[in-house]
Amino acid sequence: MALIKDILQTMEYGPSPESNEHVIAWLGQHEGGFGHFIDGKFTDPSAGASFEVTSPANGAKLARVARGTADDVDRAVTAATRAFKSWSKLAGHERARHLYALARHIQKRERFLAVLESMDNGKPIRESRDIDIPLVARHFYHHAGWAELIESELPGYQPVGVCGQVIPWNFPLLMLAWKIAPALAAGNTVVLKPAEQTPLTALAFAEICREAGLPDGVVNIVTGEGETGAALVGHPGVAKVAFTGSTEVGRIIRRTTAGSGKKLSLELGGKSPFIVFEDADLDSAVEGLVDAIWFNQGEVCCAGSRLLVQEGIAEKCYAKLRARMATLRVGDPLDKSTDIGAVVSTEQLERIGALVAKGRQEGAEVFQPSIPMPAKGCFFPPTLMTGVEPASTVATVEIFGPVLVAMTFRTPDEAVALANNTRFGLAASIWSENINRSLDLAARVKAGVVWINATNLFDAAAGFGGYRESGFGREGGLEGLYEYLVPGHGKPAKSAKTGKPQLNAAPSPTAIAASAEPIDRTAKLYIGGKQARPDSGYSYAVTNPSGKTVGLAGLGNRKDIRNAVEAAAKAGSWGAATGHNRAQILYYIAENLSARAAEFEARLRAMTGASAKDAAEEVATTIRRAFFYAGFADKYDGAVHATKSRHVTLAMNEPFGIMGIVCPDETPLLGFVSLLMPALAVGNRVVAVPSARYPLAATDFYQLLDTSDVPAGVVSIVTGETASLAKTLAEHDEVAALWDFGSTTDAATIEAASAGNLKPVWIGGSRDWTSSDGQGREFLRRATQVKNIWVPYGE
Amino acid sequence: MDQSTQRMENFQRNDGIPLRTEAFEAVQVNLSAVERRAATLPTRRSVKKEYQAAWLVKALTCIDLTTLAGDDTPGRVQRLCAKAMRPLSDELVEGLGLTDAPPKVGAVCVYPAMVPAAVKALAGSGIPVASVATGFPAGLTPLPQRLAEIRYAVDQGAHEIDIVINRQLVFSQDWQALYDEVAAMREACGAAHLKAILATGDLKTLRNVYKASMVAMQAGADFIKTSTGKEDVNATLPVSLVMLRALRDYGEETGFKIGFKPAGGLKTAKDAMNWLFLMKEELGRRWLEPDLFRIGASSLLGDIERQLEHFVTGRYSAAYRHPLA
Repeated sequence: MALIKDILQTMEYGPSPESNEHVIAWLGQHEGGFGHFIDGKFTDPSAGASFEVTSPANGAKLARVARGTADDVDRAVTAATRAFKSWSKLAGHERARHLYALARHIQKRERFLAVLESMDNGKPIRESRDIDIPLVARHFYHHAGWAELIESELPGYQPVGVCGQVIPWNFPLLMLAWKIAPALAAGNTVVLKPAEQTPLTALAFAEICREAGLPDGVVNIVTGEGETGAALVGHPGVAKVAFTGSTEVGRIIRRTTAGSGKKLSLELGGKSPFIVFEDADLDSAVEGLVDAIWFNQGEVCCAGSRLLVQEGIAEKCYAKLRARMATLRVGDPLDKSTDIGAVVSTEQLERIGALVAKGRQEGAEVFQPSIPMPAKGCFFPPTLMTGVEPASTVATVEIFGPVLVAMTFRTPDEAVALANNTRFGLAASIWSENINRSLDLAARVKAGVVWINATNLFDAAAGFGGYRESGFGREGGLEGLYEYLVPGHGKPAKSAKTGKPQLNAAPSPTAIAASAEPIDRTAKLYIGGKQARPDSGYSYAVTNPSGKTVGLAGLGNRKDIRNAVEAAAKAGSWGAATGHNRAQILYYIAENLSARAAEFEARLRAMTGASAKDAAEEVATTIRRAFFYAGFADKYDGAVHATKSRHVTLAMNEPFGIMGIVCPDETPLLGFVSLLMPALAVGNRVVAVPSARYPLAATDFYQLLDTSDVPAGVVSIVTGETASLAKTLAEHDEVAALWDFGSTTDAATIEAASAGNLKPVWIGGSRDWTSSDGQGREFLRRATQVKNIWVPYGE
Repeated sequence: MDQSTQRMENFQRNDGIPLRTEAFEAVQVNLSAVERRAATLPTRRSVKKEYQAAWLVKALTCIDLTTLAGDDTPGRVQRLCAKAMRPLSDELVEGLGLTDAPPKVGAVCVYPAMVPAAVKALAGSGIPVASVATGFPAGLTPLPQRLAEIRYAVDQGAHEIDIVINRQLVFSQDWQALYDEVAAMREACGAAHLKAILATGDLKTLRNVYKASMVAMQAGADFIKTSTGKEDVNATLPVSLVMLRALRDYGEETGFKIGFKPAGGLKTAKDAMNWLFLMKEELGRRWLEPDLFRIGASSLLGDIERQLEHFVTGRYSAAYRHPLA
């Protein structure tokens, strides 16, 4: 024992270990290993293959855990499917009681779970105790509320079915809560696979499910590695896949689930900017950096890992940062005075080390404070890399470790440019005491979560999720709940699919003109506000159901799509216009359509063979639809979430930017406009591919666009072979979202092709556009991504 | 790193510098961010067992044992001084292994009229007498009287003068006038150390706290102190954090070491630990000594005694077992 008089000289903190005797005892009870948790029971751990789970802090073996096979996954999905029948039919209140019970039980086990989490993952006990586990309980409480309220607040919405959920190792139990709580609240059942590095709190949670009396099969936990996860994601009984993890694996999941009809949400990587302006509270910004990149060893998808600091204060900022880094304590995760615990595994440790070495090799200056480091275990010192350029590997790659890279900027514009110079778009932190500047940056940065003068704030009531290759879908709040719900099903469209039309680019010796128009009209493509000949130089004959030619349409190709997207990229001011301005233009389109109703009716009759009544009805409905979305243009509001006190948490509905829209054959004018208008109303620019069979209503429409003051590039129309044009749109990295309602496209191809930039794809399917299914908030929701902006306040 | 040598090193007293408003006028302080740091700091550090005992002893040695009540009498002050000199029983001192150098408090803090009694009671103990002055706690007495009060207390033997700043000069941002007043007070103190009470509960905004801290230091304060103990809100961790940041900035600019004294509201051993953590984390080991850190408190000592008794005996103690202060 150290002598008090000696401690009075050194004033060291000394050891302050959190006791783990209860966890050790629990692990001892499970010495024989953990089985899977299926249908309310644990499987026999000795039944199949297993793997060892170790502590990253000291390499000690913690447990043996079953390695899930395809059969295990199948049994779990079967149990979940069976449980879904009754769980989904329970009254919301009954589900709320179960979620409430889970929340209460988690609270009662909070210290046990915190200690277990720190032992398994290596994170400091302060974080598991004060952040992870309280947020877990909060998530279940919040969603107990949703379970109660869904019936009244979201009428018509139904659960999706069995959810297959795969979660990472960085916040094991918190990610479980983010997945399971909303799924259960909405009436789904789940099969969850925890990360192979950190399965233990999920298994403890399984026991808590039993303790809390959750019905069998509602929650199933299957442990295993990548193969187990793949089996789960690929299981045909799974209706919804939710994944949090690397962008690389997210991309694989996007490809493997393509065309399966599974609902998908992906929460992936990031390289989030942490922007410090010269008018920031610099000392607080430095503390913010500690919470940004030295929280959870930097193993945080939304870590503020890219410091962008205004040139004039950069050296001062670095000096303060280096001084602060020298007071960080790296060590035993179970010591209450530890700031940075153990990195999750030796593989991760090696990866971090290799990236830092690469950064050094590429010319970065590497600073690591001279602080005591544990002799063994997976520990990495806090690291600051300055002299990093946007082209450096370490500036672009997610390191997922306690490594901060720093760059400077001169102006707010340059800060935005650097911030957005990334494939990712998960989070951003903005530090300035000027509210105008802060909110301006918050609006301009491409990220799903923005913290002003703060970082890494989380709450169950706020949405969390990314833009770009950081994934799609949100977790938390109402926006997260939608990931686990589907709107009530309306009737499909009246007209059955008629198969793929032949697009003949050569003149036909047997062509019969349906009617001779007074003067031959040429339907061109419409790109960048101008009529354009197709790049191919070919046109194809559009025939009506009786086989008569009603006109020629351009045979667009991938270059036309490229040109249309380029034109759209130049029309960014559309998204910045007021809702009122956009409404005026949408009304104007309706007005002009109304003036030319007879012409469009005639076109529809000639092209689709519609009766006069049906054609008149389609045009009239189209005008109403334009009014509907013109009306919504200034009313599709965001929200202010109730998170922490003295925080305004804004949930802003932002347009994606450039959207691809592939239109259906059914009611070709109405279908086209029903998809175009919501996208435009919220500020997107659209590259539309009209029905290949009936393209001429859409090509007639560009004259309306011209006369209705729609700015150039906001809408482009490319006719041609739908499947290949849709695939080009799906592959295009500049296209941020894609709606495929095409009658002849292949969902599997389109969704697989979207994996490049991980754009969300809506495979719309057939619907009756004349009914209420043809319009509504769902279209607006699908046309926007929610950005949560946290604005703490106080003086 | 052996920091114990650092502790012994003496440092040059703050001479002050000419008023330099550029050093603070553009300061930015974000309340929510400061509160986050202040809220998590106590959760980031922990001391247990013998370390906890040592840190409690350290806190004890930094206490300005205080009585500032309208009903103070020489008798009461004498009792306080007795406690200051022998804050822990012999059994406890022995149990802590500190018999060679029994701990005593940092200073005794009284009203000017009580200084003679305190000086007499503490004679030979090495414990300095601190006196509040300058129309404590409001500071709205005319300046000549405030300065005369300082001179009186110093003449009576006070080693330290806890002055209060004139808050209206902060509200009117009249930094020159504030500087001049504090500088005059510093001159009146002579060899006695000047502790500038900012009355942060009155200043309200953290930017005001930072600015007032800077002016006080530029005018020659040896310590900056949060509160009189009479404001609605006294020492808080967020306010203290901002004052420490100012103190650090001033030190970086001038090389002078300035002391810090939170006062009012620190009642428990846990409170004392939190402030010690704050000092060590923000300023380093050197600021854990009574020449740079004081805690203005009256009831804190009793709680520390109880905790130390628990450490030594393993039993939880009762207040009545410890001599009154």
